[in-house]
Amino acid sequence: MGEVIYPVTEPGEGSAGKTGNWRWQKPIIIIDKCVKCGLCWVYCPEPAIYLDKMGYPHVNYEWCKGCGICAHECPSKAIDMVSEYE
Amino acid sequence: MSRTKLVLTGNYASAYAVLHSRAEVVPAYPITPQTTIVEKIDEFIETGMLDATMVRVESEHSAMAVAIGASAVGVRTYTATSSHGLLYMYENLWWAANARLPIVATFVTRTLGPPWNIWSDHQDFMTLRDSGWILFMVKDAQEAYDLTIQAFKIAENPDVRLPVGIAYDAFVISHTAEPVELLTQEEADKFLPSPKAIQPLLDVDKPYSIGNLPKADYHYILRKNLWENILDAKNVIREVGKEYGELSGRDYSSLVEEYECEDADTVFISMGAMAGEGMDAVDKLRDKGYKVGHLTIRTYRPFPDHEIKTIAENAKRLIVFSRALSNGKGGILYDDVASTLYREGLRMETYDIIAGLAGTEVSEEDFMKIYHDVRSGKLDTGKSIFIRRGEYV
Amino acid sequence: MYRPKIVENLGEDEWIYAGHPACHGCGAALGLRHLLKTIGKNSILVVPAGCTSIIAGTMNAATFNIPFIHTAFGAAAAVASGVAEALSRRGRDDINVVVWAGDGGTYDIGLASLSGAAERGHNILFVLDDNEAYMNTGIQRSGGTPRGAWTTTTITGKKEEKKDIMKIVLSHHVPYAATASVAYPLDFNRKVKKALGIKGFKFIHLMAPCPPGWRFETHMTIEIARRAVLSGAWILMEYENGRMRLNPPSSNMLDKRRIPLEEYLMMQGRFKHVKEELLEELKRDVELRWSEIKEILEKQGKR
Repeated sequence: MGEVIYPVTEPGEGSAGKTGNWRWQKPIIIIDKCVKCGLCWVYCPEPAIYLDKMGYPHVNYEWCKGCGICAHECPSKAIDMVSEYE
Repeated sequence: MSRTKLVLTGNYASAYAVLHSRAEVVPAYPITPQTTIVEKIDEFIETGMLDATMVRVESEHSAMAVAIGASAVGVRTYTATSSHGLLYMYENLWWAANARLPIVATFVTRTLGPPWNIWSDHQDFMTLRDSGWILFMVKDAQEAYDLTIQAFKIAENPDVRLPVGIAYDAFVISHTAEPVELLTQEEADKFLPSPKAIQPLLDVDKPYSIGNLPKADYHYILRKNLWENILDAKNVIREVGKEYGELSGRDYSSLVEEYECEDADTVFISMGAMAGEGMDAVDKLRDKGYKVGHLTIRTYRPFPDHEIKTIAENAKRLIVFSRALSNGKGGILYDDVASTLYREGLRMETYDIIAGLAGTEVSEEDFMKIYHDVRSGKLDTGKSIFIRRGEYV
Repeated sequence: MYRPKIVENLGEDEWIYAGHPACHGCGAALGLRHLLKTIGKNSILVVPAGCTSIIAGTMNAATFNIPFIHTAFGAAAAVASGVAEALSRRGRDDINVVVWAGDGGTYDIGLASLSGAAERGHNILFVLDDNEAYMNTGIQRSGGTPRGAWTTTTITGKKEEKKDIMKIVLSHHVPYAATASVAYPLDFNRKVKKALGIKGFKFIHLMAPCPPGWRFETHMTIEIARRAVLSGAWILMEYENGRMRLNPPSSNMLDKRRIPLEEYLMMQGRFKHVKEELLEELKRDVELRWSEIKEILEKQGKR
């Protein structure tokens, strides 16, 4: 007898593939300007921003779609959005 | 404890089966003629006889949705409906099958409107034909009781994992009382596995998602898998039926019930309450020396192709009574039978009789009249023939 | 090791995996991220048809690291009712049962099942993820679309007012109901926590802007959600046992300390066509809402 196959899926990264490939502009964090407020981390819908031990943010470009929310929300203008094509 | 025999309607027989099966969550919405099933279950719960949760939902759509949620957590789940209620829950009925949830439901067959009509007709039930539900149609209250208990065992079998529906005719069965022998609770407990053995799909220790977007190719495999499982379920139904027969003395090891078929040149095929009339007609015709038999389709899906083939190989003609109609095509049960014959390479005389639509009675006289008219060449093979209370219409 | 306070408060555990199929700048994906941070792994998420049917991922990988069930469009609250009752029968009342439904799955096709579940009082948290139209099917108007908004089925702007879902839910005597915004994640987090601590049917109405549906650039999601609140078009509040309370910053806005409504509307392509007369009407809609709130608060104060 054939085994039942359930329509279930285990969780994991990249359910839509490498979403970093969707990006047309990338966020560049200028650490010198960063005040470590955490808002870029808070507002990332992916999440594709992680904090290092010092509390500085870094972008995971494997998944970052380049929406630009982090740059717009950054109160110290420490994130530049740079075109992927220039 | 010894067994009891109670005089029960089909609906109460179903409710007792749910009691003895220890169903745990029962969502339901009222519709005539299903109501007395749910009322009785509610009474069992509220008087402490059954430890279950009744969810008195706001629609049939939600009744099946609650059943889906509860069954996905792995509890034993039952509901019942009829007619427009069945159609209102339709989307979720398919959902339950495709999610592989072992829900058991009773479908009291009732005519679809308009006009409003509460009497029996199999049109509502037939809409589930292709859904992936395992479908039984029973012909009396005893069978309703027996098959409802077996249904949980079939549905929950890890190699089946499909919802099971037990259908029977409105009023003629649902509200007509007859003696029904019940298992003792101990016997039922021994026969059925523990509900705790049902594999949950929603489990905080296994954080899976149910129903994510598939690739079409993989979805095709899922579809094929369900198809294989429902065909394989024929053997599970037979085994469970045999085991139940050894326990109760009432054998269900066949998907069909054959009556005087061995030497029959003419076999009636029908399902539901009218099968009783068909068998009475066989007795009368046999008394006059006619070699007639009757085949009751008890398991409608998966369809008993093999059993029909076996009968057909020994007979000259089949007369199929359908209580549901594919508008623009013909009797639904007839088309099922005819396609089985064609697939098996059998060519023979077949008759498509449409009877009992909209709750009209079907009597043994109707079966006898059809038999005589077939034998005297008055009826055309393959054409849909409508008979209503002894008259062609 | 240094962590900003807001990060500490929200928690660093993630229950949503990156690389999911949500659009750039998706408000719903952010809302889900914060919802899941708050409810944690001892939770089951129930989701009807909508954008989250996609965000949940493919059969290659599921986006959410908690048990998740897709449901038919109108069925989420009912499926959740079944989940909650079944868990209760297994002695697992500790597991959070959470519905996450869009405006279509709440205001429209899901309204009957929402009402049924709320009236029966199952132990469920129902989160309405409101992006104000059927975005997943291509921006068709819903009962949650505001007056004036362009959608693909209201190309000259919606003529009718947004349905007041909160009043509908409150009429079921639910123990807790609140609004929230993706621009205010701490407020949302606090409300989810509070709701989970209350037994019964709880409701949170989360405003989650949609860049493609509202016609704005993807980096503006939070800016627009914030302006919705600062203009008074979206009001942060909560009802506990029927008693209303405004939350900051809305609690400071009763006396009209609000930015002009056009500073919220005109950032969005869906309101681009709105001219003087309609703008005045939309402003009146907002004022009416605030005067209702004032009345409610005054009545409560007298008790």
